[in-house]
Amino acid sequence: MTLKHTMLAGLSAAGLLVAGGLAYAAGQYGPGASDTEIKIGNTMPYSGPASSYGIIGKVDAAYFAMINAQGGINGRKVNFISRDDSYSPPKTVELVRQMVEQDKVLLMFNTLGTPPNMAIHGYLNDNKVPQLFPATGADQWNDPKHFPWTMLWLPSYSTESHIYAHYILKNLPNAKIAVLYQNDDYGKDYLNGLRDGLGAKANMIVATQSYETSDPTVDSQIVALQASGADVLLIAAIPKFAAQAIRKVYDIGWKPTQFLNSVANGVGTTMKGAGFEKGVGVISAAFAKDPTDPQWQNTPEYKEWLAFMNKSGLSGSITDNQATIAYSYVQTVVAVLKACGNDLTRENIMRQAASLRDLKLPMLLPGITLSTSADDFSPIKQMQLEKFDGKTWQLFGEVVSATGS
Amino acid sequence: MNDGTAAIASEKLAVGGEARLRIGAWRRFAIAALIVLAAALPFGLSNYQVFELTQVMIYAIAVLGLNILTGYNGQISLGHGGFFAAGGYTAAVLMHRYGVPYWATLPPAALVGFALGLLFGLPALRFEGPYLALVTLAMAVATPQTLKYFSWTGGQQGLNLAKPAPPPGLGIDRDRWLYLFVLVILLVAIRVAANLLNGRTGRAWMAIRDHPIAAAAMGVDTPRYKTLAFGTSTLFTAVAGALAAIVVGFVAPESFSLFLSISFLVGSAVGGIATIGGAIVGGFFIEFVPNFANDISDAAPWAIYGLAMLLFMYAMPRGVVGSLGPLAAWLRGRLRPAVAAGEISAASNNASSPQQTSQGRLE
Repeated sequence: MTLKHTMLAGLSAAGLLVAGGLAYAAGQYGPGASDTEIKIGNTMPYSGPASSYGIIGKVDAAYFAMINAQGGINGRKVNFISRDDSYSPPKTVELVRQMVEQDKVLLMFNTLGTPPNMAIHGYLNDNKVPQLFPATGADQWNDPKHFPWTMLWLPSYSTESHIYAHYILKNLPNAKIAVLYQNDDYGKDYLNGLRDGLGAKANMIVATQSYETSDPTVDSQIVALQASGADVLLIAAIPKFAAQAIRKVYDIGWKPTQFLNSVANGVGTTMKGAGFEKGVGVISAAFAKDPTDPQWQNTPEYKEWLAFMNKSGLSGSITDNQATIAYSYVQTVVAVLKACGNDLTRENIMRQAASLRDLKLPMLLPGITLSTSADDFSPIKQMQLEKFDGKTWQLFGEVVSATGS
Repeated sequence: MNDGTAAIASEKLAVGGEARLRIGAWRRFAIAALIVLAAALPFGLSNYQVFELTQVMIYAIAVLGLNILTGYNGQISLGHGGFFAAGGYTAAVLMHRYGVPYWATLPPAALVGFALGLLFGLPALRFEGPYLALVTLAMAVATPQTLKYFSWTGGQQGLNLAKPAPPPGLGIDRDRWLYLFVLVILLVAIRVAANLLNGRTGRAWMAIRDHPIAAAAMGVDTPRYKTLAFGTSTLFTAVAGALAAIVVGFVAPESFSLFLSISFLVGSAVGGIATIGGAIVGGFFIEFVPNFANDISDAAPWAIYGLAMLLFMYAMPRGVVGSLGPLAAWLRGRLRPAVAAGEISAASNNASSPQQTSQGRLE
């Protein structure tokens, strides 16, 4: 009896070893990948308050369908599983666990929103599942030391601040800078990014004022900032408060050079709220082509995108800049998976994602390229400045990089 | 729960004699077997399924709270998502800011839920039916935005919580440990609810629901009991919210949308609004039907969800447990004509307790 047991145990151990060895020999596949398929998971708010972002998931799915029709990625079809989390973090956790543990996806891609991504950040990293290119811009997604399985895509808030700092150092070397920021991680990302970007000259910042989202106005903060004698103002605020700030600056006759964070550079929201004439000359930053900007509409890149949108039944969204950004997201992940070749392990995916070299994407501004490395998980570090002319934003100057000069 | 069963058993003893006692003992045995089964269940399932069932039990506790208020006391609430949030944030802030161990956050969450419910219950005295529903709706819509205002709640970003570790030496992983932890809380919640509902307080609540003027005439302190029902109800729901925060490991204002409150009411109605076992059916409905709808149709999951809801309500207008319970009692009555009268009256008085066992089997 005991002998039999020992033999059984020995045999099964040997069996396991053999099976393990075989798996290792063929071992270029992580869970969710095979000779014929790559399984990718995603969560999107298709319903609920953030459902306008659902277009991103639809563009992703349509693009994978097109790639599949063209033969797939290195001969493998993408099986894109996208589920509706209604922007509710507990639902995101549940769906992501389902996709990772039950559907066995190879990676999570383009999950939308800061709170939903926060909720799955730890889980995916604990289980070593790639969390590639979440649709959110917080700096925390670029932290390869603590979270080696999560990679940012959007230019982060501090990247943008670096770009303003670069411009200020070059064009306004004697500036005295005032900063208005929202008193939370988002606002502080901008402030710290500016300090960082100014480096040794961080003392150019002469005054900072914060606001709470519960404040009725930021009028008193603007008055205090003016009193500091500053001649440059960075506004790191969401549309409601940004509009108040621009209006107040104009009304009290203060004439600083104003930088407005891209979070709030909507023409229809902030600029309209401030009053178009009061916002003339305000500077902001962009990285993607605005599909409504006539200067792109005769380019082959735009036409190709338009053809894709029309063919995919998404013609209702051709003025939505989220649709061009989604197009660029999905092209990035396809480039990463192509680079993986036949080694579709989770480790190799992160390795390839961290080895992007000057990847150009058709719907990003000309000159903007994606690069990453083992200690830099922030693919887009360039933006181009734009100035408000009373009607719309006009790009000016060169594409600027956050790190180089 | 056992007390409830015992109460039924003794009632029946008076009616049916010796044979009833054996049935009471048998029922106890069945409940014990079900609890053992529920505790053993996670060891045969995948981690994800264990996590799903844990969510089911959490929703069940929340719905149980709502049942106490709506089913047994006749006050409609569309705001229980807000009390769920209050419990969740109590646990989250205590864990995140003060390093309180996860299990120790439950009593404070219960207290906060109870206090908030009492406060809310006072103005609620002035409103009835749809008007009360609107007042509570205010709680549901105001909660997510209110949570964003304060920095100690983590604002818009929410709070990430350390994952509770299973006690060392037990040899089970986190998911299974949390399942068992939540199961114990659920059992305690069911027992407390059964004791309350089968006792003086429960009778007062139901009397107010059925005929407030008659209840007052018989000496029931209506305002006091209605407020108490509100507080008790939100206590249960807040504890469920705390468990949800612990199990998910993250809270953000978006976790507690208006739709959550509506889900609770849907779960309550589908399970059986004036039952205890119905809460468990409701938990299953809240957890699985949206996913199931999504699997059937990507394009119109909410249409499927609506359809499922209609089917349930059409087939079983008093909820699954509310409709099946009397049926089961009637069948039992048919099988034992001698004691039929006693059995049915006991079953309808205590509809909750016996059904709870039949629902426990679902787990």
